[in-house]
Amino acid sequence: MIEAVFFYVFATVLVLSAIGVITARNPVHSVLFLILAFFNAAGLFVMLGAEFIAMIMVIVYVGAVAVLFLFVVMMLDINFAELRKGMMKHAPVGALVGFALLAEFTWMFKSWSPSSAALNGVAQPIPDQAAISNTHALGEILYTQYVYLFQISGLILLVAMVGAITLTLRRRPDSRRQSVAGQISRRPEDVLKVEKITSGTGVF
Amino acid sequence: MNSFTPPELITAFPEIFLAIMSLMLLMLGVAGKEEKHKTVSNFAALTLLLLAGAVYRFCHGSNLTFNDMFINDTFGAFMKVLVLIGSAVSVYMSTHYLERQRIMRFEYPVLIMFSTLGMMLMISAHDLISLYMGLELQSLPLYVLAAFQRDTVRSTEAGLKYFVLGALSSGMLLYGASLLYGYTGTTEFTHMANVLNGTGAVSLGVIVGMVLLLSGLAFKISAVPFHMWTPDVYEGAPTSVTAFFAIVPKIAALALITRVFMGPFGHIVHEWRQVIVFISVASMVLGAVAAVRQTNIKRLLAYSSIGNMGYALVGLVAASEEGVKAIMIFTAIYMVTSIGAFAVVLMMKQRDRMVENIYDLAGLGQTQPMLALAMTVMMFSMAGIPPLAGFFGKLFVFQAAINAHLYALSIIGVLTSVVAAYYYLRVIKVMYFDAASDDTLDRAEDRRLNGLLAVSALALVLFIIAPGPLLTTAQAAAQSLFAL
Amino acid sequence: MMSSELLANYLPIVVFLGIATGLAVVMVLASLIVAKQKPDAEKVSPYECGFEPFDDARSKFDVRFYLVSILFIIFDLEVAFLFPWSITLGSTGVYGFWSMMIFLGVLTIGFIYEWRKGALDWE
Repeated sequence: MIEAVFFYVFATVLVLSAIGVITARNPVHSVLFLILAFFNAAGLFVMLGAEFIAMIMVIVYVGAVAVLFLFVVMMLDINFAELRKGMMKHAPVGALVGFALLAEFTWMFKSWSPSSAALNGVAQPIPDQAAISNTHALGEILYTQYVYLFQISGLILLVAMVGAITLTLRRRPDSRRQSVAGQISRRPEDVLKVEKITSGTGVF
Repeated sequence: MNSFTPPELITAFPEIFLAIMSLMLLMLGVAGKEEKHKTVSNFAALTLLLLAGAVYRFCHGSNLTFNDMFINDTFGAFMKVLVLIGSAVSVYMSTHYLERQRIMRFEYPVLIMFSTLGMMLMISAHDLISLYMGLELQSLPLYVLAAFQRDTVRSTEAGLKYFVLGALSSGMLLYGASLLYGYTGTTEFTHMANVLNGTGAVSLGVIVGMVLLLSGLAFKISAVPFHMWTPDVYEGAPTSVTAFFAIVPKIAALALITRVFMGPFGHIVHEWRQVIVFISVASMVLGAVAAVRQTNIKRLLAYSSIGNMGYALVGLVAASEEGVKAIMIFTAIYMVTSIGAFAVVLMMKQRDRMVENIYDLAGLGQTQPMLALAMTVMMFSMAGIPPLAGFFGKLFVFQAAINAHLYALSIIGVLTSVVAAYYYLRVIKVMYFDAASDDTLDRAEDRRLNGLLAVSALALVLFIIAPGPLLTTAQAAAQSLFAL
Repeated sequence: MMSSELLANYLPIVVFLGIATGLAVVMVLASLIVAKQKPDAEKVSPYECGFEPFDDARSKFDVRFYLVSILFIIFDLEVAFLFPWSITLGSTGVYGFWSMMIFLGVLTIGFIYEWRKGALDWE
């Protein structure tokens, strides 16, 4: 009973804030709505027992992705009202496609039932929640059974890194780089000089 | 608690080798004082080429590994060889162009290598998750490459358009995959085929999932109605990147579509045949009609590639071993023709500036007869005029369709290829019969491009004399796909 | 749905969220009720040192901030993979250990690349 209450609270706020994301006039408000939506999605994940994904949702999406969004919105000098102008022109077509999809999915989910053979092929059944936590269960298989996907995700992250640097990094003459070799190879006699100073005369 | 046996790595040896080499070249690029883009580029081309040889020589049979998520079979090997050769050629022929445009950086060949790795993983995918991961590893470098000339608006716009639409298509693909998983309870292809085979009536969810999956994949081969990005991205991206886009990723995506629709969906042909027929016909028609008015050669080739994907899908509609064989032969010939055509485009310079208009080719028949001849071979082959290889590519595809009693589809295909012939022949007409303007093309001096052009033109001409190797290899590869 | 006793573990968080929301609402309402509200056009208009604002508060800033945050996200994700790994290392054993080492190695290569390219340099 109490679970149902929480589910509906999370779900309602999620849907409302999602609507807020696309209707807010100020793009900064959109991003804040998005963060709220992510939080509620995390709440739903917790209720499903997927606590690891919930926490990742908070750490990565709220902590990093949404902040990056905010960053981009603040950074780009875009007049969003200007951008929206064209939208009204295409809205009817968009709405039509949206409704067609909605009708299709409603129809589909009304007659939805998994195949009777579906349970035979499950690769990794969810273990008992009481015996083993979600994070633990993921860890058991992610680095061994699914090592292939794990390594590819590492490569994808690497490509993202290379791509970001390739597209945005510019050489600047004024950036200060550390030259370790130069620092180490400096000898005292090249840069230091001991002056004998007689009192009352000064150096220069 | 888990009985885990380490997966056999030898099955995925080419992929592991390519990954290690890409990482090493990335390190080589930043080692030392200045960036060694030339060394990295040459090494990359050599690695890809050698790997193509190794895959051709050693990858046979059909082996699963990594928890059945990865398959290495003769079909995959055939497609991988094409992808590797295409990538090697793309790296090889782009160096000069990039240096002239002053955008040569060593990340370029490295990104191409990562993308190629992604394509090999796509071709070898035997599970929806590995399919998606391969697809992303393939696409991410492509987005970056499209925007590689980051100081020009056209290139960054191309990159952004490609990225936004690519992300949308990935979303559709994932949604489709989740529906399929929800219905079948598995993401693994063999299990999925069994589940879909067992049930009498196919659930609506499976069909929606399959169509969404197809939408995501159709985007990658730029089949109509998911083609909108193609002309803009092809036009905006640096020409050498456009060449790569046209030559390679489509082979991988086509291989993936073939594997998915012959594998897990192999038993429900009646459910998807009409969808593919629609996509195929729409692509052929649009490719033929929309290209007629184009004057930019890159846009023209973009529409031509849309049309060509339509022809390739005709082979898939046949849903037979013969059809798969036809797809493979068609793809191989398409790749060779694209290499030749883009070699010519990369040579189009007037007074040291790159030009892209078809009418800039005017008078080429008099000023540079050899180049004009080679381009003629490419265009005739694309138009499907016998006895060039392109004719046989189309012939095999339509033969497969006719043997599967798809007469209407074959007739539409022949008609559109007649329309398409118009604009291929127009290029030839411009070269030979239009008076040269004051500005003629500069003499082609890049030895690499000349060499590639000569090789691809010869390959297209000589195919009729010795078609044997390609045909028998494709035959064996097609058989391996149906052996499971 | 998760069993109730596990969800009960999250009760402190729910209480915390409740207090946070309540406090925020109270503060906004209190200032509305307690303070005198006599708005006029001059009072509610934005100002900048007594003048009308000269231009938009938002301005373009350097793309390098963006690069740093992208690189942060990538390493953030990498770290996220370490959590399940660290609690199951006992059962995944040597294989699990080395599979993570390879993953980290790939990203270390990325880090070296980033370092050598000077993506982290500032002036």
